[in-house]
Amino acid sequence: MKYMLLIHQGTAATPRSPGEWEKLSAAERQAVIDDYRAITQTPGVTAGLQLAEPETATTVRVQDGTTLTTDGPFAELKEAIGGYLVFEAEHLDAAIELAARVPAARMGGAVEVRPVVEW
Amino acid sequence: MVAALEQAFRAHWGRVLAALIAFLGDFDLAEEATQDAFAIAAQRWPRDGVPVNPRTWLLTTARNRAIDRIRRDRKLAAKARLLEPPGAKEDTVDEADFPDERLELLFACCHPALSIEAQVALTLRTLGGLSTEEIARAFLVADTTMAQRLVRAKRKIKAAGIPFRVPPAHLLPDRLAAVLAVVYLIFNEGYGGRAQVAAEALELGRALAELMPDEPEVHGLLALMLLHDARAAARFEDDELVLLADQDASRWDAHEIAQGRAALDRALALRGGGPYVLQAAIASLHADEQRDWPQIAALYGELSRVTGSPVVELSRAVAVAEHEGPEAALRIVERLDLGEYRYLHSTRGELLRRLGRGSEARRELELALSGSPAGAERRLLARRLAELDARG
Repeated sequence: MKYMLLIHQGTAATPRSPGEWEKLSAAERQAVIDDYRAITQTPGVTAGLQLAEPETATTVRVQDGTTLTTDGPFAELKEAIGGYLVFEAEHLDAAIELAARVPAARMGGAVEVRPVVEW
Repeated sequence: MVAALEQAFRAHWGRVLAALIAFLGDFDLAEEATQDAFAIAAQRWPRDGVPVNPRTWLLTTARNRAIDRIRRDRKLAAKARLLEPPGAKEDTVDEADFPDERLELLFACCHPALSIEAQVALTLRTLGGLSTEEIARAFLVADTTMAQRLVRAKRKIKAAGIPFRVPPAHLLPDRLAAVLAVVYLIFNEGYGGRAQVAAEALELGRALAELMPDEPEVHGLLALMLLHDARAAARFEDDELVLLADQDASRWDAHEIAQGRAALDRALALRGGGPYVLQAAIASLHADEQRDWPQIAALYGELSRVTGSPVVELSRAVAVAEHEGPEAALRIVERLDLGEYRYLHSTRGELLRRLGRGSEARRELELALSGSPAGAERRLLARRLAELDARG
């Protein structure tokens, strides 16, 4: 099975928001960096791309042929996706265990595990 | 013959379905094939007699029906390829080819990636063999709602890759707790008066005790359910709820109490001390003629420590009231943060009544009454209030 792990940053601090990031202790910051590195090096993981802050998002809709753009993400700001990765695993339990290791999951964010449709 | 068929259904449904799911890797197909096998049994057994080994017969028939269905249905061609390897020809299966997979099925049905409602429904459907309509009735929802819930749950198991296995050691404690919670929830749903559902929970409890004989909490849960169920007949008199202290002990099922205590002994022999074992130990003490209130209060203390639950503290207060008096109990109750929990009000009301603080007791009972759903419990509170008024 292939799973997409959608990382919702929530209130979890990232280096992209220096103010919040600096509030973490040096050890906490290092742990976050180490954890993400360990995850991307886990067999079966294909690292995704890191996304810029949700505030930078533009949401596009098309209504009657007209393109409508709105400032901000489709979801609420704090529910927006901050990153993702793909994990090839035997079953959901393995994906849940990996998701639980994503720092955002313990820092006020959440990880959504979604199976990837394979034909 | 109808009885023989019904008995075969009850005894073998879960096991046959579990084996088929393991074999096919597909809930729906396995369910259809198992249903087919039982339908064929209903036609043939009255004519040809019950086979020597009904389970092997059902397994063989269900598997052959599944293979038939796959061959017939060209849309399922991809699955048929999966089936070609080991011995997919139509013949009698050896039961050794079909190990008991009920535990794997139970852990899949009670996977935390499913909602608790879905876990309960799926467990009753797959292991209990209850029909969608029966489950819908038990949980007071429309048939279509329940059917949808089951379809969605089965689809998620497949699409999300929920494993069909007994979880490894590092996941087992949490997962087993989830399974036990589902079984106990089913039991409590039935304990409110729907006897078939309670019986189903007892069956699941017995099967678990057989399949996981070394897990103390499994025996603890079985003991707890048996000890509660033993008192079921005495809980109601003319449809009115009778509290434990007022129950006619001669209406308790002595045989079931003995079974419950035997299960509790096994749990204790395995050094069990988890929440179900503790609750079973308390239920066992409650079944004694002379209640050992200090011991009951001590066990509630331990249960409260293990669970951190203020509801348990409330129960401890009730036990403390019996041996130290209502004043000591009231001190415990006053410390609890239980919001508008109706049993907090009814317990406090009862303690105040015993302390002769009638008007305060009345206020608490009225609060409890306003939070209670219509039914036996509400009528009991109304009676208590009337008694209080009669005494003035």
